[in-house]
Amino acid sequence: MDSITNKRIKQVLKGDQHAYSEIVSLYQQKVYQICYRMLNNQHEAEDIAQEAFIRAYTNLHTFDLNRKFSTWLFRIATNLCIDRIRKKKPDYYLDAEVAGTDGLDMYSQISSPDRLPEEEVEGMELQERIQYEISCLSEKYRTVIILKYIEELSLQEISEILNIPLGTVKTRIHRGREALRKQLSNL
Amino acid sequence: MNTCPKEIVQYMHEYLDGDIASEHEQELQKHLYNCSDCRKHMQELENTIAFVKGAIAIATPPRFVDQVMQRLPRRKMKYGFQRFIRRHPIAIAAALFCIFMSASFLSGYKNDQQFSYTKQPNLQVEGQTVIVPEGETIKGDLLVKNGDILVKGAVDGDITVINGKYMASSANVTGQIEEIDEMFEWLWYKIKNSAKKAWSIIDNNE
Repeated sequence: MDSITNKRIKQVLKGDQHAYSEIVSLYQQKVYQICYRMLNNQHEAEDIAQEAFIRAYTNLHTFDLNRKFSTWLFRIATNLCIDRIRKKKPDYYLDAEVAGTDGLDMYSQISSPDRLPEEEVEGMELQERIQYEISCLSEKYRTVIILKYIEELSLQEISEILNIPLGTVKTRIHRGREALRKQLSNL
Repeated sequence: MNTCPKEIVQYMHEYLDGDIASEHEQELQKHLYNCSDCRKHMQELENTIAFVKGAIAIATPPRFVDQVMQRLPRRKMKYGFQRFIRRHPIAIAAALFCIFMSASFLSGYKNDQQFSYTKQPNLQVEGQTVIVPEGETIKGDLLVKNGDILVKGAVDGDITVINGKYMASSANVTGQIEEIDEMFEWLWYKIKNSAKKAWSIIDNNE
């Protein structure tokens, strides 16, 4: 897949715009899935996923062919999703780190502020429930949990996509798992 | 569980990440064997992972590729020209070659400004004028370059004057008389030749 991708990238760089459609076909599912899980909204996910491919296209000349294209593309997509989430959420969001607690934020101490009533959550279909529980995670934990358990990427790749140290990825995954565990055991 | 060592939960996560040191793993196993709270915690974490992994793949909306392709910006001309230079070094080299060649053939033009004419017996030359004397008949064609010709006698053939004037007191010429103001035609001739050379070089390179 990587060699086909690199071949198509070279064609696009030579001016063959049509070659890009094959790149989009190859990666559309994964990119859309990341966006949908992150944003929990089909229309937004579609818009942001398209935007990610367009950004990748316009910046394709900056892509280093020796690296993995998916890592670069997922980075663009996750950054766009995080930007969108931050624009949507006002200041009360509990993601801000508490000073001197090494990554601990308000979220890890308080359960989600806008959780649906328990009966409603219990009545959900399994897939709907999975999506809902992921969407209740703060954006920081949501991102790593999606990349690790839905896209099934290695910790090393996640660290490259998010441009954060491997240790930070692990910490976030640990906290993300604990947050999910609490959400599920509350019921 | 509050009395359990703090690092046990950390070991659980190391175990779940698949990068736990063997002594940590032994400690974790020993502890889980004895502590039902931690066993429950571990079980819940494993259930959580299984729960999230149960997510089915999300299908991309239809026509996604087409929509992306429609939204792509057109390439800018600036990039286009830079790319042209990068991609066609031979064309650029050929263009430069033509420029230098034109300089050399323009200087060559000056050297070609000498007075010359077809050697024929009976011709008189005064300065830059070739004279066909009265009563004489020249058999054959006459070519005069960068000079004039004055015909007093007769010429049995064509007269060609390049960069000069044809003068006659009695027009007794059997062939055609042609005056060429040569600058343009000479250039044209040279350009055609140079172009032919340039193309043959490009053809050889490609």
